[in-house]
Amino acid sequence: MTSILLSMLVLGVLGGIFGGLLAFASEIFHVDVDPKQAAVREVLAGANCGGCGYPGCDGYAAAVAKGEAPCNRCVAGGAETAAKVAEIMGASVDAAEKMVAFVPCSGSAGVAEMRFNYTGPQDCQAAMLFGGKSNKLCTFACIGLGNCVNACQFGAMHIENGVAKVDRSKCVGCGACVDVCPKNIVKLIPESQKIMPACSNKDKGAAAMKMCSVGCIGCMKCQRECPSGAITVKEFLAQIDPAKCTQCGHCAEVCPRHIITTLK
Amino acid sequence: MLSSIIQISLGAILINNFIFSQFLGCCPFLGCSNKVDTAVGMGLAVVFVMGLASAICWVINEYILVALHLEFLQTLAFILVIAALVQFVEMFLKKMVPSLYSALGIFLPLITTNCAVLGVVLLNVQNNYNFIESLVYGITGGIGFLLAIVLFASVRERVEFAEYPECFRGFSICLVSAALVALAFMGFSGMAIPV
Repeated sequence: MTSILLSMLVLGVLGGIFGGLLAFASEIFHVDVDPKQAAVREVLAGANCGGCGYPGCDGYAAAVAKGEAPCNRCVAGGAETAAKVAEIMGASVDAAEKMVAFVPCSGSAGVAEMRFNYTGPQDCQAAMLFGGKSNKLCTFACIGLGNCVNACQFGAMHIENGVAKVDRSKCVGCGACVDVCPKNIVKLIPESQKIMPACSNKDKGAAAMKMCSVGCIGCMKCQRECPSGAITVKEFLAQIDPAKCTQCGHCAEVCPRHIITTLK
Repeated sequence: MLSSIIQISLGAILINNFIFSQFLGCCPFLGCSNKVDTAVGMGLAVVFVMGLASAICWVINEYILVALHLEFLQTLAFILVIAALVQFVEMFLKKMVPSLYSALGIFLPLITTNCAVLGVVLLNVQNNYNFIESLVYGITGGIGFLLAIVLFASVRERVEFAEYPECFRGFSICLVSAALVALAFMGFSGMAIPV
C-alpha cells in the first residue's frame, strides 16, 4: 500500500515540478512572434506554389517580416499582393529593386579545361559526388547539367554550350536557381546592373590561367581603370559594387581576359 | 577509471552501436537520412540530448527512485524527464542561442520520441554505471548514432543516382541499403577491449 502511495506521490511531484519549471521557463524564454508576419501571411495568395523561392507562404511571410525578402516575390498574387505587402511593411521597402539571376561563368565547352569526361546521370549534384569536384578543372565553374534549369519555374534558364544562361526578360528573381546550384555560384543582381565579370574563380592568376582561357586572373587592371571606383579585386576575382557602378563599360574594354561582359 | 571510459566509449560508438547492433532509434535513422546536412543536424541534436538526459536521469534514479525503493518506476520517470528536458532545451535555445536553434530546427522536438534516448538511460541503470560513466555512455552513444546516420545518409545520396530495378524504388532500396550498412558494422561485433 505504501509503495503505491509513494509512487503516486513521486510521479505526481516530479510531474508537478517539471510542469511548473516548463511553465516558468516559457515565461522567461518567451520569444515574440512578429505580428507583421501574420498580417503578411493574410494577404498572400495562399497557393503555396513556391514561386517566391521560400518553403510555402508561411516561409515567405516570415522572411518578409524579418526584412530578408522583398515585398514583390509573391508570383501568384502579382502586383496587387505586392502593394498590400508593401503597405504592411511600410513604404520604404517599395524602393527595393527587382533582382535577376546571373551565372558568373564563361567556361563553355572548349574554353574551360576538363577534369574528366562525365557520362553519369545528368544532374549537377551527381557530378559533384566525384570527390566534391566536377567535370571541369576549375572548381568554381558552372557544371552545366542544368539543376538550375530544372529548378526554374519560369523557363528563364537554359544551358548554352555547357554553361547556364539566364533570360533576363523571363527571370522574376525568385532565387530558386541560387539555392540548387551545388557550386553556389549563381547569384541575384539588380536588374539595372548590366556590367558583370562572368567568372567566379578565386584561384591565383597562374592557376586560373591554366584551367580556363577566359578566367579572371586578378590582374587588377579593371580596379585601377574604373573611373567610379566600383570594382574591387578580392581573392583574385574582380567584383563590381552595383551601388557605385555607372554602367560606363570601360572595364569591359580594358579586361585582358574579356570576362567583364555587358548583359542584354 | 580511464580504461573503463575508453571501453564504454568504443563499445557505444562501434561495437554496440545503438542503431546497428541494438536497433534503437531506427525511426529517425530512416526518416532523417535523406541528406547529409540534415543527418548531421539530427545526429548532433541526439548527442546533446542523450548526454544531458543520461546525467539528469542518473541523478533522479540514484537520489529519488533507488532511495525510495521505487526502481519499477524507472521507465515512466525517465520518459517524463526526457520529455520535459527536450521541451526546456528547445525553449532555452530559442531564446539564448537562436543560431543553434535554427540549425537543429524540427529535430529537437522529434528527439522526445527517439527510443535511443530512453534506451541509453535504461542501459545506464542496467549496467550499474556511475555518474561519469553514464555521462560518457550517453555522449558516446549519441556519437555512435551520429556516425551511423551520417554514413547512411552519404550512402543514400549516392543510391539516389544509381540505376536499380523499378520495384525497389523508394523505401525498399532504403531498407536494403540500411541492412548492408548494418552488415558492415557486424564486423565489430564480439570484439573486446582489453582492460
